[in-house]
Amino acid sequence: MKKLQKHTININEPVITIAGLHKSFDELEVLKGIDFQLYKGENLAILGKSGSGKSVLIKIIIGLLKPDKGDVFVLGQQVDKIGIKALNKLRLRIGFSFQNSALYDSMSVYQNLTFPLTMNIKHLSRKEINHAVDEVLDAVGLLDKKKQMPSDLSGGQRKRIGIARTLILKPEIMLYDEPTSGLDPITSAEILDLINDVQQQYNTSSIIITHDLTCAKNTSDRIVMLLDGQFSKAGTFDEVFLSDNEQVKDFYHYNFID
Amino acid sequence: MKQAKKYLFSRGIDRMFIDAKEAFEFSVRFFRDVFRRPFHAGEIIHQSFEIGIRSLSLITLTGFIIGIVFTKQSRLPLEEFGATSWLPSLIGIAMVKALGPLVTALICAGKVGSGIGAELGSMKVTEQIDAMEVSAINPFKYLVVTRVTATTLMVPLLAAYFTFIGLYGSFLNVRLEESTSLTVFYQNAFSSIGFIDLYAAVAKSIVFGFTIGIVGTYKGFNATQGTRGVGRAANQAVIVTMFLIFIEEIVIVQITNWMRF
Ligand SMILES: Nc1ncnc2c1ncn2[C@@H]1O[C@H](COP(=O)(O)OP(=O)(O)OP(=O)(O)O)[C@@H](O)[C@H]1O
Ligand SMILES: [Mg+2]
Repeated sequence: MKKLQKHTININEPVITIAGLHKSFDELEVLKGIDFQLYKGENLAILGKSGSGKSVLIKIIIGLLKPDKGDVFVLGQQVDKIGIKALNKLRLRIGFSFQNSALYDSMSVYQNLTFPLTMNIKHLSRKEINHAVDEVLDAVGLLDKKKQMPSDLSGGQRKRIGIARTLILKPEIMLYDEPTSGLDPITSAEILDLINDVQQQYNTSSIIITHDLTCAKNTSDRIVMLLDGQFSKAGTFDEVFLSDNEQVKDFYHYNFID
Repeated sequence: MKQAKKYLFSRGIDRMFIDAKEAFEFSVRFFRDVFRRPFHAGEIIHQSFEIGIRSLSLITLTGFIIGIVFTKQSRLPLEEFGATSWLPSLIGIAMVKALGPLVTALICAGKVGSGIGAELGSMKVTEQIDAMEVSAINPFKYLVVTRVTATTLMVPLLAAYFTFIGLYGSFLNVRLEESTSLTVFYQNAFSSIGFIDLYAAVAKSIVFGFTIGIVGTYKGFNATQGTRGVGRAANQAVIVTMFLIFIEEIVIVQITNWMRF
């Protein structure tokens, strides 16, 4: 597996700033005061067990869910306060890789990739479109799957096409929701390489949501844990897992010994 | 823990009112968006074809058989009065004023409405609708407006087609007993149909088509709870649509009767 290479992180330039974020569904309090910043060029892994609210958090970042309380700034804009036009403009600068890939079943791989492109950028020539498709398929290593339907792909391939679909709009921020969940270790490792390649090639800042420690360790500059609706202290992998917090220790323990 | 929720009537009845209100807002949103760019004309045409392909064989078969059966059954009572010459015009009235729009709409509710409910429902629960939204594509415009427009355009066309097929079936049956030509038969069939009847039939079909589209997309768009939700969306789309179609039928018949006098 390739290691994440050194790259520049600019801590004077946060691309995402979240302060005092709360979110509940009816009686269920999911997020209870989240504060953090994602810096330009940084890969941040957010760890947490199932149901802890990781997906909810990144859905708030992209404006799919509204926060109950708190500020969410992405690339200088307050996501929940701007109008739909500005929000859509902002969304074009963010790539969102869904937990279950969310490929459009009724479209081929090729159409899945061209759909966000042609819907958002008018008057592209066929040549430009094909070039963009080939570029992202090459980046995810699936050039030969262009004509396939999503139902004919394996889980790992679907994840990659999902990532390719977000790359086609050349995002500045990537949000990965469980990029390795449900995949065997070898396929996982390939996805991790891909995440690192994307970071190098497209120079993105990323949030990687996961409950897989190998994934967190190999893709991120900084790690943070979501525990009971709040963030633990952020730090490098070793800093976080050398802490005395019982829940953090448990998480570490169960990830490596079953 | 907060207190348990208080309901105005009961959970089910409250849910029904909330549903009605949301469905109404959903329809308002359709009218607001339908005249706004982008129009997705290609997708509307594609959906119209889908609707035609899904329902054409069943509509042809049903129309043809209803035409034959209705004619056979009406012949006897008319013979008693020696009035078999009224047969074409009776069938014409039945087909244009009642059966054409209604039966076509019921068939489309079953075939098209449930299909739309299931399709959008599965897109909803597999987050494909969210995926559109994060790619800055308006899923309401792309999925809902196109489908509702397509059903609103196609159901009247299919109803007209059903009527002609039904009359053709009737003609074949009439010709067994009496000598007549297709032209004469159609002329007789339409002799008692006034403009107002035609308008009412078209208006009805448009309303039915709109209902099929809006209920199917609404149920699909609001599907929850995985694959079970998809089945439920498809099912409910059919039940609610049929219920509304019957109510609309009664209301429109009543209004046209008032307009006649
Ligand atoms: N739209 C919603 N309506 C109601 N409850 C929701 C909604 N979305 C999420 N929840 C609830 O919020 C909690 C957190 O969900 P979330 O999907 O963020 O978990 P997660 O950390 O991503 O878990 P996993 O690792 O299993 O994906 C869950 O209890 C879930 O039931
Ligand atoms: Mg999740």
